[in-house]
Amino acid sequence: MNASSLIGKDPGWIILLKGILVFAVCVVFTILSVWGERRIVARMQMRLGPNRVGPFGIIQGLADGVKLALKEDIIPEAADKIVFTLAPVISATTCFLSFAVIPLTGKVSFFHHQTIMQLTDLPVGVLYILAVASVGVYGIVLAGWSSGSTYPLLGGLRSSAQVISYEVAMGLSLVAVFILSGSMSTGDIVDSQNHGWFIIKLLPSFAIYAISMVGETNRAPFDLAEAEGELVGGFHTEYSSLKFALFFLAEYVNLIGVSALATTLFLGGYHALPGLGFTENWLGGWFTLIWFFAKLFTFFFVFVWLRGTLPRLRYDQFMQFGWKILIPVNLIWILVVSTIRTLQIENTSKIYYIALLVTLVLVTFIVVTFRDKLKQKKQKAFDEMEFEPVDFPLPQLTFQSEKDLNRVGGQLDE
Amino acid sequence: MPINLGFLVAALQLGTTHKPEAILFWVLAPLVVLAALAMVFVKKAVHSALFLAWIMISLAIFFIAQQALFLGIVQIVVYTGAVMMLFLFILMLVGVDSSDSLKETIKGQKTAAILISVGIGGLFTSLIARATVAKPAVGLDTANVAGNVQGIATLLFTDYVWAFEVVSALLITAALGAMVLAHSQKNHQITQKELSALRFRQGDKSKAAGLPAPGIYALHNAVDVPGLLPDGSIATQSISKTLEARGEILSSDKFELQSNEEVED
Repeated sequence: MNASSLIGKDPGWIILLKGILVFAVCVVFTILSVWGERRIVARMQMRLGPNRVGPFGIIQGLADGVKLALKEDIIPEAADKIVFTLAPVISATTCFLSFAVIPLTGKVSFFHHQTIMQLTDLPVGVLYILAVASVGVYGIVLAGWSSGSTYPLLGGLRSSAQVISYEVAMGLSLVAVFILSGSMSTGDIVDSQNHGWFIIKLLPSFAIYAISMVGETNRAPFDLAEAEGELVGGFHTEYSSLKFALFFLAEYVNLIGVSALATTLFLGGYHALPGLGFTENWLGGWFTLIWFFAKLFTFFFVFVWLRGTLPRLRYDQFMQFGWKILIPVNLIWILVVSTIRTLQIENTSKIYYIALLVTLVLVTFIVVTFRDKLKQKKQKAFDEMEFEPVDFPLPQLTFQSEKDLNRVGGQLDE
Repeated sequence: MPINLGFLVAALQLGTTHKPEAILFWVLAPLVVLAALAMVFVKKAVHSALFLAWIMISLAIFFIAQQALFLGIVQIVVYTGAVMMLFLFILMLVGVDSSDSLKETIKGQKTAAILISVGIGGLFTSLIARATVAKPAVGLDTANVAGNVQGIATLLFTDYVWAFEVVSALLITAALGAMVLAHSQKNHQITQKELSALRFRQGDKSKAAGLPAPGIYALHNAVDVPGLLPDGSIATQSISKTLEARGEILSSDKFELQSNEEVED
């Protein structure tokens, strides 16, 4: 029995309960991840991080939340008041929606009812997540516009351009997954990874997805929409109190949203590591939830690791990377995957695979050669430009002996 | 919009719609119509764009309710997510508060626009009405038998592959055309690294290491006061040309260190 038919039998109260659980998990995770991120980054920078509130400082996130809620809510004079209030609401509501189609466990007994911990399974589930994410960006863009101030506006502009660009790369990286699994439903994609995770079969797609998910969630090193070195706080400069807290919440829920999608699409979802399949039956199937969250935490850790390691990209480099590297590479990879898939379905002889390999090597060779030639030509053109004789304002060096002279490679003054 | 609504009411009365769908329709449809009117009548362009985005999302919900799941989701991804976002991008670039002037730039534009809209609306209404009113919809289940997405894919890549390819070629041509028109051809754009090399190879070497900083240190180091050179003269390059043009430059005289004798005087 597949996922969608099992979920289809849920009575109303179970659906409601699942909805509440999804919401609760996201909020609790946010509170914990604020603390977790600060502790991990602190460890990477050889500090301790927050360790005062509760054991190991674990309820620091909650304390921060309460503090934020009690602060004064300021709406700037120049702000467009309705849109200014609407923006954080859009951000904070859409971020939860993507979790509706993520399968958290395999078949389990939930209040004596056989089901899967997944709110719903759509035939176009992954596209649905993309759609929800693209609506969520409106929050950031509108926040930037409605603040009536320059830095937020620039942050909003950057964010809109950034998200359009990286959503293309992200969407294309999912195409290979669709081709191999033959479905766009999250449940079916998890099932189709029973014989090998897509991270191994589709490593380039995974790499591109992993990069673009950082761009999509506005996280370091791609956090150009809120680059504090350039734009103060970016799109949320003018926000305070609960409205700011909503953006904060949205950022972290989005982060686990994309991590959960990556887990589902490339890391086999709730399934155990290869060879540990017997653990999936432990606790009446609920042990799969632990596997799912273990994978999710791995992604979260990498997010924090990136933030602690890499400096922010320059904006033009970032856009160039997205359009000129990620997207073309992705398109070529999709071509290769679909060719291989067609060959598999047609069950052709090995000679075609060899031909494909040879073609790929040849094409790579030609592209690399032409690129080098072009580079050399550019360099040559620059070197051949004529300039006035170099006349640097340097102090005159005096040399005591022939030995000194040889050391610096200069000439003796006659 | 109102004309389309009339046709939909007719369709509802014919009993072709299930009950939850009817509730959804009667809640959402008035909101869509209101948003459509608001989109035309609000003054700020960004508000207009927002109403349009709302209309698109509502249409997507209608599509999904009509069992066209793929179409609905794609509508949100493509139109709300990409096209409207580009619109917003341009609107924000143009200006934060620019309310468009209501003066007609092309003579008779408004009348023509209204006439054409009503014409197209009438055309669509009559077409759809002739195809659907008093004729129960059939064939949806057959079309979706292998799944909605698979059904669409099969049609797109078999019967309509030619039309599909032509449309995509058209779109690519349009995109390339826009890029060609928008980009001015430059033979070689000088990079940051090359610019740095150029500063040393040609021109005044005193500028090679960067321009002098503004301000008289320890007394006033804001950007509105020109810095002083070692001989006491003003470093004109230390201040922004914009500030100079606005006349927002302070004289550096009053921040200069005075010798003891002068102070005693």
